[in-house]
Amino acid sequence: MSTIHLKVNGESHTLDLDPATPLLYALSDDLALRGPKFGCGLGQCGACTVIVKGQAIRSCITPVSTVQNTEITTLEGIGTPERPHPIQQAFIDEGAAQCGFCMSGVMLTAKALVDKVPHPSEQLIEQSLAGVLCRCFTHARMMAAIRRYAAGVAK
Amino acid sequence: MNKAFTGDARAALSRRGFLKASGALVVGFSIFDGVEVAQAQFPGPVALSPSLAQLDSWIAIAADGSITAYSGKEELGQGISTAQMQLVAEELSVPFSKVNLIYCDTAYTPDQAYTSGSQSHPANFNKSNLGQAAATAREALFRMASEKLGAPVTALDAADGVIAVRADRSKRVTYGELVGGRKFQLALDPKAKRKDPGEWKILGTPVKRPDLPDIMTGRFEFVHNVRVPEMLHGRVVRPPAVGARVLSVDEASVRDLPGNVKVVVKKDFVGVVAAKPWQAVQAAAKLKVEWSAGTGLPKQAGFAEQLRQQPVRDQFLLDSGDVDQQLKSAASVMKATYFHPYQMHGSVGSSCAVADVRSDGATLWCSTQAVWYQKTTCAMVLGMKPENVRVIFRRGSGCYGLNGADTVTYDAAVLSQAVGKPVRVQLSRKDEMAWENYGNAYLMDERVALDAGGNIVAWDHEVWTPNLGNRPGTGTPGNVITGKLLGFSPDAFTPRSPAPPPGNFNNNSNGMPSYVAGRIGGVNRNTGTVASERVLVHTVASPLWTGPLRSPARLQNTFAHESFLDEIAAKLKADPVEYRLRHLSNPRLRDMVQEAAKAAKWDARPSPNPKRKPTDVASGRGMACVAYERDNGYAAMVLEVEVNQDTGKIAVRRIVVSNDCGPISNPDGLRNQLEGGALQGISRALGEEVTWDDQKVTSVDWRTYHSLPVGIEVPTIECVLVNRPEEEATGAGETSVTIAAAALGNAIFDATGARLRQIPFTPERIKEALATRA
Ligand code: FES
Ligand code: FES
Repeated sequence: MSTIHLKVNGESHTLDLDPATPLLYALSDDLALRGPKFGCGLGQCGACTVIVKGQAIRSCITPVSTVQNTEITTLEGIGTPERPHPIQQAFIDEGAAQCGFCMSGVMLTAKALVDKVPHPSEQLIEQSLAGVLCRCFTHARMMAAIRRYAAGVAK
Repeated sequence: MNKAFTGDARAALSRRGFLKASGALVVGFSIFDGVEVAQAQFPGPVALSPSLAQLDSWIAIAADGSITAYSGKEELGQGISTAQMQLVAEELSVPFSKVNLIYCDTAYTPDQAYTSGSQSHPANFNKSNLGQAAATAREALFRMASEKLGAPVTALDAADGVIAVRADRSKRVTYGELVGGRKFQLALDPKAKRKDPGEWKILGTPVKRPDLPDIMTGRFEFVHNVRVPEMLHGRVVRPPAVGARVLSVDEASVRDLPGNVKVVVKKDFVGVVAAKPWQAVQAAAKLKVEWSAGTGLPKQAGFAEQLRQQPVRDQFLLDSGDVDQQLKSAASVMKATYFHPYQMHGSVGSSCAVADVRSDGATLWCSTQAVWYQKTTCAMVLGMKPENVRVIFRRGSGCYGLNGADTVTYDAAVLSQAVGKPVRVQLSRKDEMAWENYGNAYLMDERVALDAGGNIVAWDHEVWTPNLGNRPGTGTPGNVITGKLLGFSPDAFTPRSPAPPPGNFNNNSNGMPSYVAGRIGGVNRNTGTVASERVLVHTVASPLWTGPLRSPARLQNTFAHESFLDEIAAKLKADPVEYRLRHLSNPRLRDMVQEAAKAAKWDARPSPNPKRKPTDVASGRGMACVAYERDNGYAAMVLEVEVNQDTGKIAVRRIVVSNDCGPISNPDGLRNQLEGGALQGISRALGEEVTWDDQKVTSVDWRTYHSLPVGIEVPTIECVLVNRPEEEATGAGETSVTIAAAALGNAIFDATGARLRQIPFTPERIKEALATRA
């Protein structure tokens, strides 16, 4: 075990962890965050996605020791039910979920893309989500929500 | 904010305190005031199911007029809880925001068996259960108001939870004043008048799901997020091969690991418990277990055809007795064989449960589709009385049927019992995928007799389907892997041949094609015209676990029926829509076919497209339809596809799906189900197949099991919703998934002249079909 410093959603935390612990476990267990979820633990589905340095990364395969003292943003870090982030609002408006388990992967991957490329082509959006799964297949609404968000950002 | 969606473990526990304090079956909690620290245990036996015949089992009204409804049909992501709240708000004339819904907690909610099989809409929106309870409550409130206000019931109106005299609105009384906090003590009245759909203001409208803001912002509590004090983390160690048994376990191999690791072994069940989840993961990986050799699996190549050689349990769904005769004397006969592989539920989140098992009782948080059956079967697993087990549903990752939710609940329960502390278990991706109860494989022979005019005069459908295990039901925990490892047996397979004559009409499996008459007891009960008909099902023993996966049996059978119908039409050079209509008698199904064709601007002509070219990208359109379980939802689909004939790649461009589920309770929820079902059907048709070697399942992650990711060129999906307020409510959520594979296969045929009879339609199979097309 060793001392690990994490900055998550604007707050600093000091944790006593095996440095090899995947970030996901620190977030969902030690910090009791609900946004990032364990889907596969293999970097194959996106359910555990968080944003680090503007990149959507997979926290299930990211050792905590590698993201110390960098800002980590989870789904709850970008907005709240009372004040949702515009991408969250777009997903609410489009009703773009069924069970809702996959949302971190879909929304944070798309947000990281649009933050970097404000007018993403359809192709680019599709490419960015090529490794994200939604087994409820709410794809059509998700794409509509991402387009809606991107259009708002472009304005 | 409606509270059903935000109630979390803490709130559910604090509610208990509230109920005890007030002595009434009325709630007034929300997550935001649920600050009471969770007590991990409930003293004393919980009551058995509240009576479905009693109003108080369904509806409670608090002093502030807020309504709490109790339901045995849970929210899996399909939107049914929103619709149920709309139903209650509508029948009781209160705003949607005044209704709370508690569902699937054996301490409070009525036993409505499973949330599955497209049964929630019919169960709670027709003349019984929740809908009828709300209507009964409304009439009771009117009677009380009449007495209180000194005016006849006919002179009263209700709006916003207030009953007033129509002629003098100053004479008014609120629901809270009439019953607040007290029980109704009334039986459900089957004659209580339901609101006429013409008057609906809330039901039938696209009310937004109130859980979405929490979901989108990471505040929603899934079962994966349930945390209780003193909770430890478990991990299971499954056998390395099917049928392998524990020979020895070396506990010393994990003794020095961090997290105070405990090893739990019970017969062939092996698991570990540690303080933290990562510690449990590592301990499970390092634990040395010696296993016996597996029992071996049959070769996957040739698996389909060898099903014909297995011992069978036979059942006739239909047998008019003259099919062989018709086939012999027909002008022509057509036949084809189809195969549907085992497929997975493959939830995005592997299954999870939290169990708190003490010597005097157990509490389980899980995402089972049947809390009451989990209660009785988990009691068997724990050796406890069912009344001492409380099961609380918490939403999991979308399950689409029997995923790992039941088995992981047993896992958590066994581990918690062994260590005397609450234990959370989430399965690894591999443990989820290697051991779930897969959707059944189907080998299907179709045969028809045609007359000289090209009409179908006899239809013969014969299937072989392997089966092992199922939902645990009320008393068979051995139907899922954990129960089996613990020494329970799955449902026995008892060969039986020949089959007894068909019993009562039952087309729940859609084994009967829509085009046959379904004549039983002298009455045509199915949706078609073909009078000479035989449907024979051979169940065989399965080497892999099986269980219901969204549209079980119905999807597989419909894939064969609807592809075959298309083949017949093509052979006769008939338009596939016209040819369908020629053999359909049911007006609702006929309407669906016509509505979908109209909306898609169906180009009426025979398939394949006469203008097709043999190379490059070809486009085509296909149709399929279903009367789901004969009378539980009607739908048709037109699908447009592009086929790259050089690479075998498929791009679905457009899907038009028509649907009739009786009165539409929430059009947006319905659309969401149809859209998701259609794409799930496409994913299953294009890539999904369980694979195995001679010892074990080999499709154990998302590299080896192929699901369409979000990042695809998503086709346009158009839904044609046909509202039928005069009919009974039916299911809807499994209709579009049922017809997608056939619509896709038919569209590929239309584009290229190549016929695909085996799912999934991989590029290799497509190329092979292209190379051998006529
Ligand atoms: S859980 Fe991290 S990618 Fe699947
Ligand atoms: S909404 Fe269920 S997995 Fe995406």
